[in-house]
Amino acid sequence: MADNPTLEMETAKPAKRKGVKRRVFLIGGAALVGGGLFALGWGDRSARKGAMTLTTGKGESSFLGWIKIASDDVITLYSPHIDFGQGSQTALAQMLADELNADWKNIIVEQAPAHMGFANVALGRAFLGEMVGAGIVGALPTALLSYLARSMPLQVTGGSSAVRATGQHGFRVIGAATRVALIEEAAEKMGVASDELTTNNSIVTHAKSGKTMRYGELAAGAAQRNLADNPVLKTRKDYKFIGKPVPRLDIPAKVNGKAEYGIDVKVPGMRVAAIMMAPVRGGKLTSVDPAPAMAVNGVEKVVQLDDAVIVIAKGYWQANKGIQALIPKFSDGGNTKISSASILADQIKLNNEGAKIAAPAGGKLLISEFQTPFLHQAMMEPFAMTAHFKDGKLEAWCGTQDPLTARKILAEAAGIDFEAVTLHTTLMGGGFGRRFPPYSQILGQVAAAAKAVPYPVKLIWSREEDVKHGAYRPQVAARLQGGLGKDGKIAAWVSDYSQNDDAAAEGNVPYQIPDFEARHHAYISNQVNAYWRSVNASQHGFFNESFVDELAHLAGEDPYQFRRKHLPADSRHLAVLDAVAKRASWATPLPKGVGRGIAMVESFGTIVAEVIEATTKEDGSPRVLRAFAVVDCGTTVNPLNAAAQIEGSIIMGLSSAIGEAITLDAGTVQQNNFTDYPVMQMADAPPVIDVHFIESGANMGGIGEPGVPPAAPALANALFAATGKRIRNLPILTQAKA
Amino acid sequence: MSVQTTVNGKTVTIEAEPDTPLLWALREELGLTGTKFGCGIAACGACSVHVNGEITRSCSVPIADIAGKSITTIEGISGADGTLHAVQQAWIDAQVPQCGYCQSGQIMAAVALIKTTARPSNAQIDAAMTNICRCGTYPRIRSAILAATGQAADKITKTGEA
Repeated sequence: MADNPTLEMETAKPAKRKGVKRRVFLIGGAALVGGGLFALGWGDRSARKGAMTLTTGKGESSFLGWIKIASDDVITLYSPHIDFGQGSQTALAQMLADELNADWKNIIVEQAPAHMGFANVALGRAFLGEMVGAGIVGALPTALLSYLARSMPLQVTGGSSAVRATGQHGFRVIGAATRVALIEEAAEKMGVASDELTTNNSIVTHAKSGKTMRYGELAAGAAQRNLADNPVLKTRKDYKFIGKPVPRLDIPAKVNGKAEYGIDVKVPGMRVAAIMMAPVRGGKLTSVDPAPAMAVNGVEKVVQLDDAVIVIAKGYWQANKGIQALIPKFSDGGNTKISSASILADQIKLNNEGAKIAAPAGGKLLISEFQTPFLHQAMMEPFAMTAHFKDGKLEAWCGTQDPLTARKILAEAAGIDFEAVTLHTTLMGGGFGRRFPPYSQILGQVAAAAKAVPYPVKLIWSREEDVKHGAYRPQVAARLQGGLGKDGKIAAWVSDYSQNDDAAAEGNVPYQIPDFEARHHAYISNQVNAYWRSVNASQHGFFNESFVDELAHLAGEDPYQFRRKHLPADSRHLAVLDAVAKRASWATPLPKGVGRGIAMVESFGTIVAEVIEATTKEDGSPRVLRAFAVVDCGTTVNPLNAAAQIEGSIIMGLSSAIGEAITLDAGTVQQNNFTDYPVMQMADAPPVIDVHFIESGANMGGIGEPGVPPAAPALANALFAATGKRIRNLPILTQAKA
Repeated sequence: MSVQTTVNGKTVTIEAEPDTPLLWALREELGLTGTKFGCGIAACGACSVHVNGEITRSCSVPIADIAGKSITTIEGISGADGTLHAVQQAWIDAQVPQCGYCQSGQIMAAVALIKTTARPSNAQIDAAMTNICRCGTYPRIRSAILAATGQAADKITKTGEA
């Protein structure tokens, strides 16, 4: 947990929020034109009007569709980001509440519907408009940038973007602008000068006369005013909610079974479906006799897709039995020669095309080869989605990382217009990149199933289908060459790495190296190249931070001190590195057989350094004892949740490093379920993770992903310190067996 | 077949084929969707419920085996007046859930643990809490269990040993 002193106090007694009920969301017939509600469309009266029609009920006033204030003072925030565990919705509410001087007890967060009126222009502006100037470029994976560019207007949840983009450029701004409008309205109503008014807890006060007015009384009039384009934002010293360990708003419903996920959706008349997909990716369904499934009690329909077969039944168990009864024939797409070994061989060949470098004069040369496997996100809730096709329209229910794009894909799959699709978004049982619509196969599948039957149908993937038909983190091979100068510092560093084509410029390191080059060799397998929590920063963090450790040992230096020598004296990186070494008592001796490893990776604008203490069990497998993390994400909006994100990221990074791999043989994924895709459990996770934040005030970075990349190299470096054995191939368990 | 059983204190009759897993009967026949489907092979624990007080992975128990037994799900552990179970409150206090999907099962496992072991050691927590959480909430689950059983979190020593 975070070490912030205020945190324990706050967690012991979470604020009680009673009597605030969700406000029913009204989706009116009014379609909004374009996506420029926010920022770009502030002066556009027609867009404002459309947004108000869309979201407001009786006694409610909308501010550009993004927030609304009711006459009873309840403020509803519409988040364009969905919740899959990252806690950003609470953070967005904190940012809004601060600028609006709102009463925290009366703020509700709702997920914005999949409607163009809620396209997140703030996100687009932050990433695409300012990336050059604000230096965000380079912090984001190229693949995500190009995805963002293609998919605007957007409702994307990804890239650790909610707080630093939508919060910073969106909710803080609209909060401040709305507060100004409320003050102006109060000034007019009270007949006083606006600069004599103050705001607090959703109340405007005129101190001289003692007059007060509630936001709820002022909202209707304020909403008619033009909102300021560039309202003055608070500075850090005036924050009341930003930076405070506010309990997450979503948690109470997640301890009593009431939180509703995609798999929980129930629609009257609904049936349930199961699916089996072509085992070799690229293969097609060539034939299937539906009779054995139709003979199963409760089965109503067998639907043949291009590359899969679906069985629809009264319940999931019957549908699943129907699927098991089928003997479908699939083609292999000519991909049966593809295996993990063949991909690796191809990638090594590509890397070897990169020119070799020479040892610096009087120095040493080190060449190391690294490999990381395909990884599965393994979200706990498998894909599950409900759809109903009726009268040429499709109504659908699911969680997705981008509702607008999901809606577009549903429309295309159903052969209808975008406007004919209604998408209701739900909570998601994890995602970690898996739920981006372009590779959420379930969208097309459920649309096809729904078109085949007159009733609503919920399609649920089995865990086996989930594991075998994933959108994996790509398998990558890298060859790193490092030249150590006679001064003991790194003179040259050249990395050749082979992976999917969207991964250029992933090899960067924070160290000062006179001659640095990262050479990307594009390689396409038959697998979908997808995002996995922290995207490519996880593999490249492992390569780079393992290699710098190797160079330190080659130089005969302590790995922490060696890194220090390559960082500018006043840099944020050095501060983070020093802080983690101090918290982990880096220089203190450890028992025999226990090692300490350090690693630091910057991703999504956040610098994270981690120290892992580890040893080996009797069977030679790794045992993690303790973990330390120091994080500089500029400003922490909610340290309580930010610490949780780092804790979880470290565990996910360790889990994948130790045991996770998706492997291919004859073009087919060999893993099936959690039995052969082992996700870390309690007994293997470090019992305590020490997380510390440095509030540098730099541009805000992400928090959901940057904790992952340092975990694997810190562990591998710790095991080297403990055993003298260098780990260059992941996962560690496979290598131990080999 | 027709199976009579008790779910969260109420007598219910489940109409389904005998091999139907308890999980799907709870979710689809009784509408108790707090119990989650995760793997279907009793590997992850998202479907954990209590059968006659014993922690049970409901995805792998056919309803034929539960006739006459007493089932408790996540929906049945709060008091009648809505007062949270001490474990649920500890989960909120420690801010355990992230995506939350596995947490019904985690809470059911923790409730079962402290019923038999009033003050579980770290080793006992490790042995009992084998449910998978992909968000990695394990450290907070551990501290919540310790808090719910009146044990200070500093029971976890600095070396990570029990």
